[in-house]
Amino acid sequence: MIDRKDVEYVAWLARLDLSEEEKERFTRQLDNVLEHAQKIKSLDTSEVEPTPHVLPLKNVMRDDEIKPSLSQEEALSNAPHREGAYFVVPRIL
Amino acid sequence: MEISYNMKAWQLRGMLERREVSALEVLDSVLKRVEETEPTVKAYLTLTRDDARATAEATDLALSRDGAIGRIAGIPMAVKDVLCTRGIKTTCGSLILENYIPVYDATVVNSLRREGLTMVGKANMDEFAMGSSTENSAFGPTRNPWDPDRVPGGSSGGSAAAVAAGEAVWALGSDTGGSIRQPASFCGLVGLKPTYGLISRYGLVAFASSLDQIGPITRDVRDCALLLSLIAGHDPKDSTSLAADIPDYEKACLGDIKGLRVGVPVELMQEGLTPGVKEAMDNCLHLFSELGADVREASLPNLDYALSAYYIIAPAEASSNLARFDGVRYGLRAGDGEDIMEMYGKTRRQGFGAEVKRRIMLGTYALSAGYYEAYYGQAQKVRTLIVEDFRRAFDEFDVLVSPTSPTPAFRLGEKLEDPLAMYLSDVCTIPVNLAGIPAISIPCGLEDGLPIGLQIMGKVLAEAQLLRVATTMEEALDFKATPKLEGEMPL
Amino acid sequence: MSEYEVVIGLEIHAELKTKSKMFCGCDASFGGEPNSKTDPVCLGLPGVLPVLNRKAIELAIRLAIALDSEIAPNSIFHRKNYFYPDMPKNYQISQYDLPLAIGGHLDIDVGGEPFRVGITRVHMEEDTGKSVHASESGRIHGAEYSLEDFNRAGVPLVEIVTEPDVRTAEQARIFMQELRSILQHLEVSDGKMEEGSLRCDANISLRPRGESEMGVKTEVKNMNSFRALSRALEYEIVRQTDLLESGGKVVQETRHWDADGNVTTPMRTKEYAFDYRYFPEPDLVPLEPSLEFLDEVRTALPELPQERRRRFQEDYSLPAYDVGLLTASKAMGDFFEETVRAGAPPKAASNWMMGELSAYMNAMNLEIEDIIVSPRQLAKMIELVETGVISGKIAKSVFEEMLRGGKDPDEIVKEQGITQISDSQELERLIAEVIKENPESVDDYRGGKEKALGFMVGQVMRKTGGRANPQLVNEMLKRSLEGE
Ligand SMILES: [Mg+2]
Ligand SMILES: [Zn+2]
Repeated sequence: MIDRKDVEYVAWLARLDLSEEEKERFTRQLDNVLEHAQKIKSLDTSEVEPTPHVLPLKNVMRDDEIKPSLSQEEALSNAPHREGAYFVVPRIL
Repeated sequence: MEISYNMKAWQLRGMLERREVSALEVLDSVLKRVEETEPTVKAYLTLTRDDARATAEATDLALSRDGAIGRIAGIPMAVKDVLCTRGIKTTCGSLILENYIPVYDATVVNSLRREGLTMVGKANMDEFAMGSSTENSAFGPTRNPWDPDRVPGGSSGGSAAAVAAGEAVWALGSDTGGSIRQPASFCGLVGLKPTYGLISRYGLVAFASSLDQIGPITRDVRDCALLLSLIAGHDPKDSTSLAADIPDYEKACLGDIKGLRVGVPVELMQEGLTPGVKEAMDNCLHLFSELGADVREASLPNLDYALSAYYIIAPAEASSNLARFDGVRYGLRAGDGEDIMEMYGKTRRQGFGAEVKRRIMLGTYALSAGYYEAYYGQAQKVRTLIVEDFRRAFDEFDVLVSPTSPTPAFRLGEKLEDPLAMYLSDVCTIPVNLAGIPAISIPCGLEDGLPIGLQIMGKVLAEAQLLRVATTMEEALDFKATPKLEGEMPL
Repeated sequence: MSEYEVVIGLEIHAELKTKSKMFCGCDASFGGEPNSKTDPVCLGLPGVLPVLNRKAIELAIRLAIALDSEIAPNSIFHRKNYFYPDMPKNYQISQYDLPLAIGGHLDIDVGGEPFRVGITRVHMEEDTGKSVHASESGRIHGAEYSLEDFNRAGVPLVEIVTEPDVRTAEQARIFMQELRSILQHLEVSDGKMEEGSLRCDANISLRPRGESEMGVKTEVKNMNSFRALSRALEYEIVRQTDLLESGGKVVQETRHWDADGNVTTPMRTKEYAFDYRYFPEPDLVPLEPSLEFLDEVRTALPELPQERRRRFQEDYSLPAYDVGLLTASKAMGDFFEETVRAGAPPKAASNWMMGELSAYMNAMNLEIEDIIVSPRQLAKMIELVETGVISGKIAKSVFEEMLRGGKDPDEIVKEQGITQISDSQELERLIAEVIKENPESVDDYRGGKEKALGFMVGQVMRKTGGRANPQLVNEMLKRSLEGE
């Protein structure tokens, strides 16, 4: 059902480098789990609305008020790589 | 007065108030237990002895001046390492957050700090709460104090093991598909998964946002009620937080269950139950009847699909929630110096363990172009059917009961290589998360010396009722066993 | 006329003018020290949750009402998943198949002809942070590494998608100008294209005239001024026309407008097409604006540019040309009205604003918001002219001084001693001098040549350094010439 190409595509979407061994193993394991998940396809849900929320809530909003921000030091305190008050990332393109 | 390592929080609280013990004495007894048993159990990822000592000292000072103390002051607690603690490492059991130090406290941590939180440490867990055995921790497994060859359950296994071993009096866990109730069951404790929205999720590192809830793991129902009353309530920082009136949960424990309509979903009593679990269940149902409850079979046919729906929905949400771990703003970074794609790929490859990768892959697949409707869309509709099944059942019954887990604690490594088998161990707990309802697990027997849990499920916001039913059953069951784990038993 | 028809659809993002960000309390204003306007929520730290800013919804609804768009009784937020370092969570909270508002239109005036552009949808989403590229050009290409600043991350945006109704670059530009004016009048957005608070991407394709099927489109990005928008679209129309006419094919791609090179260039395409894996945001609950809330917003809706134009024409009796310029931006119209409110006659205020003020703004590349002269000061200066304290000519230099230094006009006049000479004895003396010095002109005038009078007035003015009231000089000169 799911093949190695699917696994490679999905790994790319999820930005996961996988080893050859992982690709092979995940193909097998995901196939297993999806096989089990096939069960839900047999249910007729044509008249059923999806449930993204089980909550009875709507229109939850806050007032437009400025609250204190973090200090720059706090904001950057866990940065793996910084330059001044910026986070540094490797070449984007 | 002598402090024993399996005293309840409410007992210790009374002793503190009567000045029979000091907060430091309580803490020291727990820390001594940590010294003795932690090498075997490995319940903690980070110990916060100094932090705990400081609050214990402050509590004693307040007591000596006859001042007011917080409602949990001086009672050592373990906090699952999925809850953000300001200035204290929060790893989620993952290499990707190995050295991560939050700059803010989770709302629940904040609430408990105001009540005198004495935190012993951050408890081990399956990486990002994905697992049912705590074997998926990047920092090694936690062992079950009842039998160190067995898992404590998961993902809140560290929290449960710490309480069972006496390394904490109580603990906070989180439950996405059974992660509080199943380890509570495996460790002979009480564990509550509250109604979705009752407790703020702000500061709980998200696994599956529409399913996650924080809850207590305690030695009895009364402690559970006490802890719940301190963490429940509306939080303006969480849009999915309910603005419900919070009853006095401790008082709610009192009463009886005469006339209570108890339903037993046949779908949760099917294959896979061990003889001991079956026997314990029969005994529970018998007790319910004896106590005046009306016990009948219930049918929620769509529960048969709950596991499948869950293993689409939870990974899908997780794949998105875990995208932020990318090596840019915090956490591990690998492959720097290359381009950003390489950095992302390597960081996430090195930072995440196998189960997390598996679920990210599964969830990404279920949401990807061409598969959304067949998987995620369909799973959300199945979720609706499950919600409706519960609604109908609760027209007929006040509570539903089942085993918390089809089996007692399994052996370490037993299910590690078979994800599906591991997933199947959550079959009784998962429907509750999909429906957003509350459920509690209490110990109800032993099989081969290992605890078994009874799960009691209620309507949305029926925590008070659940606590009353649980207290009544707790008294009737009179479960007194404790783990035989002794001080010096390194493996 | 080309045998191809141009089809353009626009996708506009405008930053909403809220005080705080969309999902957290951080200051949403532009700029600031890098990463100084961030908190756990907009940094996407583990464990955080979004809470929607009510004002952002209100502003987006204002716009939807102005565009005659139908507000959805129920809308929800989705997560749009893709990795990019300026996006802290690696998903953007946006709206997808249940947006805030659907449909609508905007009527514009293209060379005196009305033209209607359909609106497909209006939805809300959060902005990203900003990447600064460490390369000589500051551009992403060739950069060794990039720096991330999350001050802008989480600022609320409204996205407007138009129907593919636009046919020319000019229509696109006028549409954007009118939309900007609406955004400003409604106080929904600053609409500053240069600062990026108003951005526009265009989908553009060609098809043989009479054909109803769409051609292959390109998406043009990075047009950050009205001028860039016109030029980029003109370029792209020519490029696609040339391609098709020479038998080539348009490739579906995203192209980047290079304002220096005056070309669009393809952005590097990814190995796979984008697969955003949209799904409902579980951390937010549905939005169901009540009828009362919608009524409240509708009732409190600020004046739209169309209405303001009508009012300017009626209340101030200004010509259509003046009205057009004065309502091009909200701030311009506000400045005008405040000047009038401070006592200036409308036409005089309009003349000064369209003349000297606009010239100065153009020369200095300034917006009306940057002008340090207040409407009250302009009104005061106009009053000095009207009451004859200074001449119109002097006023120009006084105004220039005001624009540069921000001083009050009477202060400048006092300091420089340039009060108009209305002392008639002094003028009488100068007029006598001029008459004596220019006998020919005197003869000419007496011989019926009216023009000679103008020359002599000029001479008097020169002697006063322009400080005389020319009308007064004119009268006095006439009197002396005719009286003798
Ligand atoms: Mg957008
Ligand atoms: Zn913020």
